[in-house]
Amino acid sequence: MNTLDYEPPYLHPDYRSTELRAPKHEPVVLPDEWFHNVPGPVFGRIPVRDEDADLTRQHRGEPLGERIIITGRVLDSDGQPVRKTLVEVWQANAAGRYVDSADDHPAPLDSNFTGAGRALTDQDGFYRFVTVKPGAYPWRNHLNAWRPAHVHFSLFGPSLASRLVTQMYFPGDPLIPLDPILSSIPDPRGRELLIARLDLDTTVPDWALGYRWDIVLRGGRATPSDA
Amino acid sequence: MTAPTPSQTVGPFFGFALPFENDALATAVDSPDATRVEGQVFDGDSEPVGDALLEAFQGDQFARCRTDGEGAFHFTVHKPPVSDGAPYLNITVFARGLLRHLHTRMYFPDEDRANRVDRVLGLVAESRRHTLIARRDGENLRFDVRLQGESETVFFAL
Repeated sequence: MNTLDYEPPYLHPDYRSTELRAPKHEPVVLPDEWFHNVPGPVFGRIPVRDEDADLTRQHRGEPLGERIIITGRVLDSDGQPVRKTLVEVWQANAAGRYVDSADDHPAPLDSNFTGAGRALTDQDGFYRFVTVKPGAYPWRNHLNAWRPAHVHFSLFGPSLASRLVTQMYFPGDPLIPLDPILSSIPDPRGRELLIARLDLDTTVPDWALGYRWDIVLRGGRATPSDA
Repeated sequence: MTAPTPSQTVGPFFGFALPFENDALATAVDSPDATRVEGQVFDGDSEPVGDALLEAFQGDQFARCRTDGEGAFHFTVHKPPVSDGAPYLNITVFARGLLRHLHTRMYFPDEDRANRVDRVLGLVAESRRHTLIARRDGENLRFDVRLQGESETVFFAL
């Protein structure tokens, strides 16, 4: 399996910001044993509180929008659960506006929603967040450029190679085929890996729709003796 | 073997979510061997990259810093102990426009002899090796990251 086609290139001219930021030199390839087994960052200084996993309970009132649950398993390339690893998420509110001061999209902020969460995976590699479904929003990449609704994810895993920052998309979003960021992944099967599925087993009746999204980090089971 | 989940850019709007208290301090500021590393991230037009996130780590040290409007970042670190080769920090760079993050290393300028025989530095063309070695700047170390252009920083593939 050529997983390279599942990874976006650095230079993808349809996504204009890559043009001045993609390195032009080929990266220097290090022998596997020098790099793949390098332990990843010790992220223990990043505070994780229980309430960080529920983005609808971080303020006095509940945020506006469609309440959802996002859950899934974090696995390594051998299919083994990645336990007690940090998952960080961030997103726009239901109106498609980020709290971030750099976001000037004229959609309303929600005083009951920040849009940032953290959680550790459990013994079976599961994470679970409660949030609201983010809205689509415009960006300046080209005329009528709109990002499909998405949630940003950051994960560590055990090694330098397993570090992952990516985005999760929602099934059936008509903006998905138009998005230059998702379309930067050459193989459509790779793009599919970033789209969650609606999951009635995760859905809580009369309360919140559930989405299931599993994540696979690069590298096999952590083998400290090889590190 | 299961296909790894593909990468996507960190985007421009992570500043309210990823920074944390004292995130740039991989070691205590008042520890005797603490060193402040300062640098800037530049794009292919030599313009500062004001929306990058850098992580520096090695052993028990981990720091994270978002660049400011000048593309400037800083870390407080100590020189990590080494069993083999020259001491270095792993540096990871995330930014809008980077669909995958970049891996590089920061070596120390006062380790000339160790740097000369380091196996990883030895794989890098001599003309580009300097991009991986911080320079002394008064009390601090200076380490710039150039994503493109003359003196493009050396990045490593996994």
